[in-house]
Amino acid sequence: MLATARNLIILAYTIRRTLILFASLFIAAAVLFVLLRLLPGDPANALLGVGATSEQIEAARAQVGSDQPLHVQFVYFIGSLARLDLGTSFVSRASVLEEIANRMSVTLPLTLLGFFLAIALAVPLGIVSAVRAQSWYGGAISVVSQLGIAIPVFWVGILLVTLFSINLRWFPSGGFPLRGWSDFSEAARGMVLPALTIGLVMGASLLRYVRASTLDVLGSDYLRTARALGSSFPEALVRHGLRNGAVPVISILGIELATTFLGAVVIERVFNLPGLGSMLLLAIQQRDYPNVQGVLFVSTLLVLLIGFAADIAQRLVDPRLRRTSVQA
Amino acid sequence: MRNSALFAAVLLAGANFAPITLAQDYDPDATIRIGSLYEPQNLDNTAGAGQGINEAFNGNVYEALFQLTDAGTVEPKLVEDYAVNDDGLTYTFTLREGVTFHSGDPLTAADVKHSIERVTAESSQSSRKRSLSNISSVEAPDDRTVVVTLSDRSISLPYNLSYVWIVNDAAANITAMEDGTGPYTLEEWRRGSALALSRFEEYWGEAPTNGEVVFQYFTEATALNNALLTNAVDIITSVQSPDLLVQFADNPSFVVTEGASTTKEILAFNDRVAPFDNVQVRKALARATDKARLLNSIWGEYGTLIGSFVPPTDPWYVDLTDVDAYDVESAKQLLAEAGYPDGFEFTLDTPDYDPHPIVAQFLQTEYAKIGVKVNINIITANEWYTKIYQERDFEATLQEHVNHRDIVFYGNPDFYWGYNNPEVVQLIADAEAASNEAEQVEKLTQANRIIAEDAASIWLYLYPQIVVSAANVTGYPVNGLNSQFFAYDIRKSN
Repeated sequence: MLATARNLIILAYTIRRTLILFASLFIAAAVLFVLLRLLPGDPANALLGVGATSEQIEAARAQVGSDQPLHVQFVYFIGSLARLDLGTSFVSRASVLEEIANRMSVTLPLTLLGFFLAIALAVPLGIVSAVRAQSWYGGAISVVSQLGIAIPVFWVGILLVTLFSINLRWFPSGGFPLRGWSDFSEAARGMVLPALTIGLVMGASLLRYVRASTLDVLGSDYLRTARALGSSFPEALVRHGLRNGAVPVISILGIELATTFLGAVVIERVFNLPGLGSMLLLAIQQRDYPNVQGVLFVSTLLVLLIGFAADIAQRLVDPRLRRTSVQA
Repeated sequence: MRNSALFAAVLLAGANFAPITLAQDYDPDATIRIGSLYEPQNLDNTAGAGQGINEAFNGNVYEALFQLTDAGTVEPKLVEDYAVNDDGLTYTFTLREGVTFHSGDPLTAADVKHSIERVTAESSQSSRKRSLSNISSVEAPDDRTVVVTLSDRSISLPYNLSYVWIVNDAAANITAMEDGTGPYTLEEWRRGSALALSRFEEYWGEAPTNGEVVFQYFTEATALNNALLTNAVDIITSVQSPDLLVQFADNPSFVVTEGASTTKEILAFNDRVAPFDNVQVRKALARATDKARLLNSIWGEYGTLIGSFVPPTDPWYVDLTDVDAYDVESAKQLLAEAGYPDGFEFTLDTPDYDPHPIVAQFLQTEYAKIGVKVNINIITANEWYTKIYQERDFEATLQEHVNHRDIVFYGNPDFYWGYNNPEVVQLIADAEAASNEAEQVEKLTQANRIIAEDAASIWLYLYPQIVVSAANVTGYPVNGLNSQFFAYDIRKSN
């Protein structure tokens, strides 16, 4: 009975959250459409060079549809989106969806690798630096992580390339093999430095949250009570501390994962990786609307989905949130 | 220009390829990895694919009736022989025998007709469309004969045809798949990353001296240089940042070669609007520009000063650097005579990529010395095309012009800079209708002098064209690389 009630609450929340997700997507798409058209220039320009005749210019504009009134373009755009049709690139004439899928094979593994590396670094070190806050290494971890937050991500990338690629020759300085993941060892080697860059920078900020959250738990009444009831310190920490400390960390993880995904733009540029970020940059320069819209739409969708998943996960971990969500 | 043992300045006529490996053996099946900043957008040069597709495909995958060699001469390629009738309006081309496309189909006159008409078609986005607009018909009376009829005489026809890829008329989707006659076939293309060509075993001509060529694409010069430093690529086709040359110039593992470039950095006035419709004003600004110092501050010892739009490799080049040479006092005097004793103010539309913003700042400082205030307006390349090229809504702008033989733009009063001198228009038209090359050269040389005297624009400098390679790689082209990078003579030793 209790389980059914709980499931119902989560279900209601999920439905409401899904509706919000779709509304957000629509608003994001509309904002995107308007912002892109506010930029000076014309997508037809990417097809033309110095020397083009005025007939060629008109033909190119007709081809990409930039000669149509804005509202016509907008109806067409939303209509295609509703059919999940992201269209064809103005410049490359390739299917946007296929191109995104192709680029995802770089960006997705990179983001996830960096993300797990960050967790692997931040969680143990964050707990240690909180539990041993008074010792020299507890302090040292804290100081180094502060430094990690302060350094821009591209700088970390450049430093890693200089050290591990140019000097030590352990890993390639950038690039992705021609045959992609079918050339697995080369592709994997190419992922190491960029993923490490993301892991280090993201790990540093995550570590601060884990540390703060652990310090909270350490000072809590329930931990003291558990110890008074005879649990050892590690036992009390794992049994009661982990779940309590996890709640704020999960929401931060959601935000961090989304940020990493979007931050891949910078990393991909430093390491010359053919991911979504480099596709987006080029598309913006060329005003290749279908590609820009496609990438931003898929990114928005992913970010919203991550937020969605983090919200649901928090509610599964913390029963108190389930109650408030139904009252709200 | 500097001269050291490591630095091979290969200029103008003479040695046109980097020194060929002597005695030393090379691997005939080697993979040559070329690092480039110019990734093609698609595979069709009549569909807005950009400069990158010409670099990768011209002469390598596709061939034309004629070829512009690395030395700058136009030579027959798929044409065995041709004849021009007396009025200069009918060209009869005889095609080479035994040429096959990569798909196995033989080359026929119908393919040539189809290929030329693809460029002149209404939907074509080829930058060569305008120059071929005088073609009134193309006929294929038999499999080996193509007859091209012109509406006006055009001495540049063979040159212009060197940019027309001969494509199999049965090929379905040229933007995504190739079917050419060149020494390489497209093996694979991974967007945003690399494009691989492999040797075509049934090639009609001499076989390439390597087995595979991979163009590795970069968006950022530092990443490109790192790739060469770590042996991830063998050659980089165009060095864009002089600061980065230092690490290669004094390193015996690399060879730095400076070839003849055709890329001109120019300050283009809108000659239609005041005060730039006044020749004295333009000349005054030209004299107030210390071009030598500008070039030095951007490129150090590299690059070339030019006195007009014509690079030294065009046949109608003459040294005009002494016209309106740097002289601040006479610049002030000219301005006063033109009615601007206290100077004036103008907006300089500046593309947001290197080197334009630095050049703009330099000019701002220079012109302040003669009382002219420059307002720098930074715009994107895309915006430039709409605002300047199409709408002509500007006073002055900076731009790099990459093509050779493009002095003809000054013969078009409708061009974005609006230079309109009837004498030049006539000379350029006469040059095109010339019956022989000497006459063409004479007319264009005259036109060249006039635009310089008129200070139609200010031609700031010619970019250097620098190729850097690993020391075990030889035989690559070094000149005119904006439109081609022939890979078939490249040799790599172990």
